Amino acid sequence: MMSRAKLSKFILWGALGVLAILVLYPVFFLLAGSLMGNDELERYLGAVIAGKEGYVNFPLLPQYPTLKHFVEIFLDSPEFFVMFWNSMKITLGVLAGQLVVGTMAAWGFAKYDFPGKKGCFLIYMILMLMPFQVLMLSDYLVLDGLKLTDSLWGIILPGAFSTFPVFIMYRFFTEIPDSLIESAKLDGAREWQLFVYLALPIGSSGVIASLVLGFLEYWSLIEQPMTFLKDKSLYPLSIFLPDVTNVGRSGMAFAASVITFLPAVLVFLGGQDYLEQGIMAGAVKE
Amino acid sequence: MGGIMKKPYRLTKARHAKIAFNHKSFHGFLWILPSLLGVLVFYLLPYADVVRRSFFGAVDNHFTGLDNYRVVLENTAFLLAVKNTLRFTIFCIPALILTALLCAVVLYRSKYGGIIKSAFLMPMALPAVSVALMWRLLFHSQGIVNQWLTHSSVSGTDWMNSENAFWILVGSYLWKNLGYDIVLWMAGLGGISQNIYEAARVDGAGEWQCFWKITLPNLRTSFYTITVLSFLNSFKVFREAYLVAGDYPHESIYMLQHLFNNWFRSFSFDKMAAAAVLESLVLLLLILLFQRTLEHSDN
Repeated sequence: MMSRAKLSKFILWGALGVLAILVLYPVFFLLAGSLMGNDELERYLGAVIAGKEGYVNFPLLPQYPTLKHFVEIFLDSPEFFVMFWNSMKITLGVLAGQLVVGTMAAWGFAKYDFPGKKGCFLIYMILMLMPFQVLMLSDYLVLDGLKLTDSLWGIILPGAFSTFPVFIMYRFFTEIPDSLIESAKLDGAREWQLFVYLALPIGSSGVIASLVLGFLEYWSLIEQPMTFLKDKSLYPLSIFLPDVTNVGRSGMAFAASVITFLPAVLVFLGGQDYLEQGIMAGAVKE
Repeated sequence: MGGIMKKPYRLTKARHAKIAFNHKSFHGFLWILPSLLGVLVFYLLPYADVVRRSFFGAVDNHFTGLDNYRVVLENTAFLLAVKNTLRFTIFCIPALILTALLCAVVLYRSKYGGIIKSAFLMPMALPAVSVALMWRLLFHSQGIVNQWLTHSSVSGTDWMNSENAFWILVGSYLWKNLGYDIVLWMAGLGGISQNIYEAARVDGAGEWQCFWKITLPNLRTSFYTITVLSFLNSFKVFREAYLVAGDYPHESIYMLQHLFNNWFRSFSFDKMAAAAVLESLVLLLLILLFQRTLEHSDN
């Protein structure tokens, strides 16, 4: 017989396991759907896509797995490629901007003193915590003034100057010991050399953490492109909702969903340690 | 208290500042200048314009005093969105924080904790649109959830077009943010010195006593931080609402972001400006209050 402690442990782990499977269910669901043939999809999803009686009944393993839908997307849907590249342009553009401007600002905040620094930093922190709805109108006003609405730059530029990565990288830069900086200076290092050869390599995990968080954020961006882009040829994948209820097209909808989440999941799997460090750095109090 | 929750740098910085202040003040400003210019152009100046606009009429652009604010505060859609947002917060935040704490405490001490934690973090990476497809199949009136329910005595409903939409939104929020909060709680747990536990066990304290008397009190700072971050994340729940119901959701999940979108489409910039200023003031107050609380909890 199990002791009480053991039994409660068993129950706890069982509950956690079930919870973890529930959390991962969407990933398996979408993968399974993308690998099923049209016949199979219609059989399982008939209730929703063909208006049949009864309910959807969806197994997590396709009976006859096929890559047909992925091939279809690659061969017959140029508009999907356009969206994919729009997503890439937005995400990489924003990250490149943050990498240049954000790292510099983080370094300035972390290791220098100047009048007004505290106030500036507080403003940065408040801006980082404001939801999009608060900044939506101001964002629109400036983009309208600069003639950047309906352009990918209108999404990229505000993102590049986001204050969130500054805050994350600041955390990591402050932990570089002062003695190291002083001794590099005694050896004759210039200001920019301190930044390039000392700050960036030693603070690299902070830089990567902020890039990982940034990638996940901008790859799934919804509000900004929905508000500011009218030209459909500029739409990123993150606001493209494929119609799964269309007979014969639901397989492609599944495959499109998988292609949409794949880059983000790869970044997640490759950078999970950095992601966790980034989450923690975002929570440190000032 | 907790190692990572504290700023490790305070003492040395003061010393550093004294040595280097004059020489460096100019350089430090140069480092942040590019970023500061961008922030001014893209955030601060336009925000100042929004504050100005909140006191002016949208069409004829003449000074109207607090009229816009009065209109917004009497607007039924605004009140509905605020009510929904608050109701959502009241259910979500405690549920999220407690579930995450429970998971973190169990995961922290186990060798498989890392793998399960990864599973919980995965939803952070999934774009809302790729999951929206599945949500539609799950909660369709002939969908998967109703199929599961045919086995039980509960009768199925049209989930999206009823009050249930609210609970699906709550579930989506938990699903998305659980891993994030678990990581934060585990970081807090990692900051508690093992020596305290050992000392307590030597004195004969049991697991529960350790939890109530050592773990919980030591997690107080983490608790404040996690609450504020979860709260602020809950304002961004529009993505999940969009994931659940698209542009035109059931009334019970009509959030502030939906309202702002509608006002934007109808060019009601005067109302948008006043509401944005109101919301930012409330959030600003909360953020500053939170900082004050942290400082006090430190002493």
